[in-house]
Amino acid sequence: MREVHTDEITNVVRDLFMDANCNLGEDVLAAFDHAIEKDESPVAREVMKELKENARIAREENSPICQDTGLAVLFVELGQDVHIIGGNFKDAINDGVRQGYMEGYLRKSACDPFSRKNTGDNTPAIIHLEIVPGDKIKIMAVPKGGGAENMSRVNMLTPAVGIEGVKDFVVNRVKESGSNPCPPTVIGVGIGGTFERSALLAKKALLRKIGDRNPDPEIAKAEEEVLDRINKLGIGPMGYGGNTTSLDIFFEVEPCHIASLPLAVNIQCHASRHKEAII
Amino acid sequence: MSNKIELTTPLSTEDVEKLNIGDKVFLNGIIYTGRDAAHKRLIDLLNEGKELPIDVKGQIIYYMGPSPAKPGNPIGSAGPTTSYRMDAYAPKLIELGMKGMIGKGNRALEVIEAMKKYKAVYLGATGGAGALIAKSIKKAEIVAYEDLGPEAIRKLEVEDFPVVVINDTKGNDLYVEGAKKYSKE
Repeated sequence: MREVHTDEITNVVRDLFMDANCNLGEDVLAAFDHAIEKDESPVAREVMKELKENARIAREENSPICQDTGLAVLFVELGQDVHIIGGNFKDAINDGVRQGYMEGYLRKSACDPFSRKNTGDNTPAIIHLEIVPGDKIKIMAVPKGGGAENMSRVNMLTPAVGIEGVKDFVVNRVKESGSNPCPPTVIGVGIGGTFERSALLAKKALLRKIGDRNPDPEIAKAEEEVLDRINKLGIGPMGYGGNTTSLDIFFEVEPCHIASLPLAVNIQCHASRHKEAII
Repeated sequence: MSNKIELTTPLSTEDVEKLNIGDKVFLNGIIYTGRDAAHKRLIDLLNEGKELPIDVKGQIIYYMGPSPAKPGNPIGSAGPTTSYRMDAYAPKLIELGMKGMIGKGNRALEVIEAMKKYKAVYLGATGGAGALIAKSIKKAEIVAYEDLGPEAIRKLEVEDFPVVVINDTKGNDLYVEGAKKYSKE
């Protein structure tokens, strides 16, 4: 057994959220450059330049890329040979979120669903925990903004519609979302599992790097086809028209019930923020 | 994007009537912020026949809730939020003489109709460019509903605040026209 103190978990979580909110990934920045070069619309190219400049300012001044610094979503892979000492694991994570959002001048966006009263410190964090072999803890922090999340959907399809039905649903979802989720977006698609598992797969898909294809060649082909269809919709950056509506799309597929074809589409804005660390 | 235009608030009917979809506008002067919770309170006040904490006549409301300001800065990151959540409240404020709204994302038909009828415009700021947009905000002060935190109504002093005209007073829509132009479906 390897011992890990909760203080260390708290510190890592704090730093990850501060880092993720101010430093956009190189893969996303490269995708911005590609759009600046390739989009046919001059307005689209101008918007993409603004986004690049915004990312530069955020990085240099250590200020949030977007004022919506999200709900604090975490994927944690906890090695089964780790013994956590010093306190409660969940509290350690929430303490990290609390500290990161305070010290990083990040907006607190968590509230009661009905009274809309803000919880004040962006907790509770949304923690997805998986026990894995080994004696390490891998923590992935995903600050998730509200605008794109609101455009996301889960649908229980009829198995008969097959992969073509999945493709059509995803393209239509992006089309109907239009300018709302801050295009160019990244699309996470969860296929299979159960109702809630598909949504989790879709969210986890957003952790992949721009350009990563699914290892299954058939699924990879479907990703490319859907991305191509989405970028032919004409929505473009900010919805002002153009060929860059999504930067990438990631399918994650798992077995499902013989009666079902669960499908979840999780939309992520262009501020595709996620950082990870291993303890 | 066609013309580049500078405007100083408060805006007149003539100011907004000359704007067309796709125009790039640089705003100067005072603009107010408000999101869902503040809008709900404004409309509740109107329904009770009470006075609003701000006079919306000729003004622009920016749908925005900033991140906290670092010491020495007037405001934190300050990009637009999605506008449709304010659709239920906007027509009433337009009727009262509000001349502009800044946000991102599609508006309901009722809002577009109200803009046509009472002469107002919907302006788009670049969503997710909060660090960049903050550079054109010189001063910020809370003028109502401080308890709402990021959702409080703020009075902003802006310089060359960049926006794009999405809906003009003639009922045109940049989202519709833009997608039509580049669609290859």
